[in-house]
Amino acid sequence: MSTTPLIDRPFVLPITGSRPTTEPATVSRSHLDALEAEAIFLFREVVAEFERPVLLYSVGKDSSVLLRLAKKAFAPGRLPFPLLHVDTGFKHPEMLAFRDRIARSEGVELIVHRNEEAIASGVNPWESGCGACCAQLKTKALLDALTEGRFDAAFGGARRDEEKSRAKERVLSFRDRHGRWEPRNQRPELWSVFNTRIHPGESVRAFPLSNWTEADVWEYVDREDIPVAPLYFAARRPVVELDGRLLPATGAPPDHELPVLERRTRFRSLGCGPCTGVVESGASSLAELRAELQASRSSERAGRLIDHENDDAMERKKRDGYF
Amino acid sequence: MATSNPTPTEHRELLRLCTAGSVDDGKSTLIGRLLHDTDGVPDDQRGELGGPGSEPDWARLTDGLKAEREQGITIDVAYRHLGTSRRRFLIADAPGHEQYTRNMVTGASDADLALVLVDARHGLKPQGRRHLLLSALLQVPTILVAINKMDLVDHDPRVFARIRDEVAAFAARLGLEAPACVPLAARSGENVVHRSPRLAWHDGPTLLEHLESAPVGRRPTGAPWRFPVQGVQRDEAGGRQVMGSSRSGCVHVGDEVLALPSGRRSRVRAIETVNGATPQARPDEPLRLRLADELDLGRGELLVHPEEAPALTRDLEAHLVWFDQEPLKRGHPYLLKTPQLVERVESVELLDGVAVETASIVGIDGLAQNDIGRVRLRTHGPVFLDSYFENRRFGSFLLVDPVTHATAAAGLVSLSPEADAERSDDLQERFESFLHGLQADGLLASDAATTDWPERFLALGRELVTRRA
Ligand SMILES: Nc1nc2c(ncn2[C@@H]2O[C@H](COP(=O)(O)OP(=O)(O)O)[C@@H](O)[C@H]2O)c(=O)[nH]1
Repeated sequence: MSTTPLIDRPFVLPITGSRPTTEPATVSRSHLDALEAEAIFLFREVVAEFERPVLLYSVGKDSSVLLRLAKKAFAPGRLPFPLLHVDTGFKHPEMLAFRDRIARSEGVELIVHRNEEAIASGVNPWESGCGACCAQLKTKALLDALTEGRFDAAFGGARRDEEKSRAKERVLSFRDRHGRWEPRNQRPELWSVFNTRIHPGESVRAFPLSNWTEADVWEYVDREDIPVAPLYFAARRPVVELDGRLLPATGAPPDHELPVLERRTRFRSLGCGPCTGVVESGASSLAELRAELQASRSSERAGRLIDHENDDAMERKKRDGYF
Repeated sequence: MATSNPTPTEHRELLRLCTAGSVDDGKSTLIGRLLHDTDGVPDDQRGELGGPGSEPDWARLTDGLKAEREQGITIDVAYRHLGTSRRRFLIADAPGHEQYTRNMVTGASDADLALVLVDARHGLKPQGRRHLLLSALLQVPTILVAINKMDLVDHDPRVFARIRDEVAAFAARLGLEAPACVPLAARSGENVVHRSPRLAWHDGPTLLEHLESAPVGRRPTGAPWRFPVQGVQRDEAGGRQVMGSSRSGCVHVGDEVLALPSGRRSRVRAIETVNGATPQARPDEPLRLRLADELDLGRGELLVHPEEAPALTRDLEAHLVWFDQEPLKRGHPYLLKTPQLVERVESVELLDGVAVETASIVGIDGLAQNDIGRVRLRTHGPVFLDSYFENRRFGSFLLVDPVTHATAAAGLVSLSPEADAERSDDLQERFESFLHGLQADGLLASDAATTDWPERFLALGRELVTRRA
């Protein structure tokens, strides 16, 4: 700091008048209520400060919680923005069925976007690898959908504890005209006062679940009785074993000779068949699922192969504009 | 004592804590140890601890971004989650190097507790004093000093006592009560989660016991009700519902309400939370208020109790913590963003600076990244804020660069001289003295008859609201 010698005296807290004693909060508030309040405040703030918001709905548990929070934020009114699902063409058929059922029952506008060009040209994870396949079927598809819809704020279900490179992600993540994330463009966040000013073509990703953990999400699903995709629960499913992982049979390479096994399995997190492993499990109810989660402590994203390709796949994916 | 495999009971409070310390004090080791000893570390990240047999590199658990790992520095605030059967913790882990002040301030802004790390071998270094000062400046309700690496001073109680006294003396100098201190050794996990025989002379709580008992969501006593309107919604019957969360204070059905800047009054007829109706609501609950009179309210209005209206002022005195790489530019038309509205800044007068390393007030002739300066700001239109030191939840703002849109600085309102002079109860008298101010600045025709001033002010208020919409 460029100082001038004029003044030099000890710094004392500028407490004027009587020292403001503090009192404990009147009623203690559960962590779920605190997290819910923070998320709903953000939904309302982003809808007020941006022109065209959209909710990225990936059919997973985080998206299901996100949708419920959005409904609560604007009830009894209608949701003031549509849902957008990026379909890679490799999604489990049960996921698509659940997606359509929810869109109807919740009475929300659902936009489904696919990178038809890449799908038609046969892009797939077995030959091009998960990273390159995601770049086409997820990242490019998402960026095209956001441009087409002229959306300037996209709500997503990403959480800071999902994966180490997300521990520093902001609640409002700024993206340049090409949807890319740059560390120096991210803004400090204090006191839930958000600087939302953007240049034309720029946009933000808003993450209302930033401070939630996987256990918080399931506890909230339980408390609010939120419908989630049945794939989360154990059932006898055809699977194959590949590189020490169990994959749903629908996710196996087309010309594989691997033996198809029958195992009681469930998905820890929902991705594309080929890139998302399943875990052997007996949890067929929410209570059993939460207990199993409590016992096993492998982080949910470990099941997704993309995170394993190398440590910084997630960060590279984020820089390119996917989530 | 926390069980090592917590089964989450339904009702656990969320404690937000911030940590910072100078490089090598052991902050990452401490957080890594806390995560591990309370089973917060997922199995597939345990491999990170450096294979079996080797000394676990706890710090590896907490360094995230690739760029940072390569340069070995952590640039930004990282958020960690931690849970025990009694409490859920959100840790804002600020790095301990020269990007220090702005990250530390960010971490402390919403924290219930600040954890200051001190290396027992070196005692309270400038970094530790800086961290205490910033936690105090940001009014973090509980400050806890962790005196780490006690194993390197033979767990000697005299060393702990000497440092504790150093901390108490420095706190007194700041005008702060002496923070609690806890002796521990993060690497061996002594007194972090589990007690250690070699530190048995310390009968105080372990670090985790401190974290599990520290008060959450402490409110300034008698904080006034501040409700910035986030939006307005029509229900099926066409009635208007005002959406928002109280920043501070409680609201009850039947309360009289004053809206600023419009000056209109009404009464609360009903309060809806997102989980049903309630006769009263406390701060930070998302609400929908139904008022007796269908007021034409919009975003940018502030609802208060009439007898607790904040000062109506265009002159603010505040501490600015400079964030942007671009230093303060004289005459630049910065924007001031409060929880309620955005207002143009007309002038920034530098008063003095806070030299955080020496905890002294110095003369300054500029503000650059990580500097803290006390300034007088003059805004174009009226701004409604309390002093940050009387109401931490409604006494702060952001300074935004209107050209680059960067967040230039964070502001803590110390007091507004005009506000003190105006602290008379009669809103009409203050209303007129404020208008005289506008007249003196040529913003208002001097010949305006006094009777139509409320309407004239209403027009000014509406123009303020529309310009921002
Ligand atoms: N002997 C001893 N060493 C420690 C202790 N805590 C941390 N260290 C060591 O101090 C060094 C710096 O620790 P680190 O956590 O990276 O410090 P940070 O820069 O504050 O995050 C590492 O070599 C740690 O192993 C402790 O309690 N005792």
